[in-house]
Amino acid sequence: MFEKIWNNHVIVAGEEKPSILYIDLHLVHEVTSPQAFEGLRLSGRKVRRPDLTFATMDHNVPTKDRFNISDPISKQQVDTLTENCREFGVKLYDLNTIDQGVVHVMGPELGLTHPGKTIVCGDSHTSTHGAFGALAFGIGTSEVEHVLATQCLQQSKAKTMVIRFNGKRKPGITAKDMILGLIAQYGTDFGTGYVMEYTGEAIRSLTMEERMTVCNMSIEAGARAGLIAPDETTFEYLRGREYAPQGAAYDAAVEEWKALCTDDGAEFDLTLDFDVDSLIPQVTWGTSPGMGTGITSSVPVPENLPTENERKAAANALEYMDLKPGTPMTDIEIDYVFIGSCTNGRIEDLRAAASVARGHKVSSRVTAIVVPGSGRVKIQAEKEGLDKVFTEAGFEWRDAGCSMCLAMNPDVLKPGQRCASTSNRNFEGRQGRGGRTHLVSPEMAAAAAVQGRFVDVRTWDFKSEVKA
Amino acid sequence: MEPFVQLNGLVAPVDRVNVDTDAIIPKQFLKRIERSGFGQFLFFEWRWDEQGNVIPEFNLNKPRYQGASVLLSRANFGCGSSREHAPWAIMDYGFRCIIAPSFADIFYNNCFKNGILPIKLSEEQVDDLFDRTNAQEGYTLNIDLENKVITDGKELRIPFELDEHRRQFLLQGLDDIGLTLQHESAITAYEAQRAASANA
Repeated sequence: MFEKIWNNHVIVAGEEKPSILYIDLHLVHEVTSPQAFEGLRLSGRKVRRPDLTFATMDHNVPTKDRFNISDPISKQQVDTLTENCREFGVKLYDLNTIDQGVVHVMGPELGLTHPGKTIVCGDSHTSTHGAFGALAFGIGTSEVEHVLATQCLQQSKAKTMVIRFNGKRKPGITAKDMILGLIAQYGTDFGTGYVMEYTGEAIRSLTMEERMTVCNMSIEAGARAGLIAPDETTFEYLRGREYAPQGAAYDAAVEEWKALCTDDGAEFDLTLDFDVDSLIPQVTWGTSPGMGTGITSSVPVPENLPTENERKAAANALEYMDLKPGTPMTDIEIDYVFIGSCTNGRIEDLRAAASVARGHKVSSRVTAIVVPGSGRVKIQAEKEGLDKVFTEAGFEWRDAGCSMCLAMNPDVLKPGQRCASTSNRNFEGRQGRGGRTHLVSPEMAAAAAVQGRFVDVRTWDFKSEVKA
Repeated sequence: MEPFVQLNGLVAPVDRVNVDTDAIIPKQFLKRIERSGFGQFLFFEWRWDEQGNVIPEFNLNKPRYQGASVLLSRANFGCGSSREHAPWAIMDYGFRCIIAPSFADIFYNNCFKNGILPIKLSEEQVDDLFDRTNAQEGYTLNIDLENKVITDGKELRIPFELDEHRRQFLLQGLDDIGLTLQHESAITAYEAQRAASANA
């Protein structure tokens, strides 16, 4: 599949040098674009295809009182995006529109993300869009400028890897557990230099939103892009969306999309297997997404790890995380819960978290916030009454944005606070200096909010019918 | 972009695996709309404590590593986000070359756009360089990109590999937007062909 998309977009094939690859969709946000627009201005260049370029603001946006950005530098960055979009004729979904949201939630929701497209954004979680069978990857600001100016990128072809998710998910096991489990098993750099294609029965049975969760964290495995072959689930998701082809054009597009799938017998540079049958809910204990384990396990003992570098890294991580080796994961108490982000801020994630929260109360030791991935997710959740479920349980119901995934807005952990987070990175200081992040699924996060510590959601007391 | 041909520089070690872009430049400094001035925030939370006091144990705060231009580190350097603020901070601080066993893809690519040379060596070679750097105050390396070799003025001589296109790119300090725009007619033809097939 990667080969097909690649070949469809190569304008000038490079032998000894990179190829020139055409880009079908360029998503832009406020943090990684100001210097790129400034570069265009300095060189007197225009945006070549404003019609293929879409912008939103997400990283700096407050989730309370959102129009009042108190940090003047944040405000300047948001205002700069508005001015740049106006000057260069780029469509902007700003805070006044219901489509505004985390860029990787917004794109698919608008139907901008299609199978077979090449998609870039100055953001490493652009890999999310690979869930549709699009070749989608993050780029730096210099390349943002390059794409704005030329609608192309100079790219060397990546190697290909296939990951076969074998077996079936047991109840309580989420897409987040699949990707966290994969990274815990194989590490945070096994995907470096590769585009990863996810296959297998357990992948086929995922919804579009679950597939996005898996592809989103490809970058945490080192891969710039993850891919899942499009199928009926993909086509159904796209049907009728604003920027999806409509009517006869849609039917024609589906035929084209079907032809993208990897041919039987296609060769990959590397094949890996992952066992889903034995997977249990995952929690990270360290400061790298690969430092994770099952909820029924314990914090590892660094001395027992195989290499000197791993022992050192684990010891550093446990010191930062203030965890003792051998502590059962279910004994770890938390202070904060964040439900949201481009990994887990979609409507199905909120439904899943709400099903756990319904009828329970957030622990008195915990502050818990729910941040919808976009304005549309927020409205849908409110239609379904999920906001009430959350607020009645003691969660705060916020406005859309990246929020505490990287804490560029006012949602920041205090030093020493421990957070169960549905986001994608548990790096030191990621959610605030001295803050301690444990990555989990939305269900596990909601359960932790209620109990004040991690708990195995498979044993949860659901208070009413769980929506599928 | 400033070309990179040769560098003779003091080596500073940061002995950690998976040095991520949040550690290199924390998010609170990503709000600036300029490309310059990020060096003062490099490794911010490792250089200063929460009260703003210098953390003397961190290598970049030690007098012996002041003025370093070669950064030595461990595997998966630059993992995490796509923020180009990371190489901007590294460059602005004064580093022109990073040596590690492996780099994250996006970070690696971003380095070349900014005239920074990332060099991949084997774990053993990197171990050896850590030993030498720790053992000898003022340890410097000569990085010769023309001949793809690292020397230390004594017996050490490490040849390194680098994609030829990337080497030329750094040696000549090329502008890749300019290079792509040399293919303007091919891009226009591709767009026309796509538009035609969409309307067919």
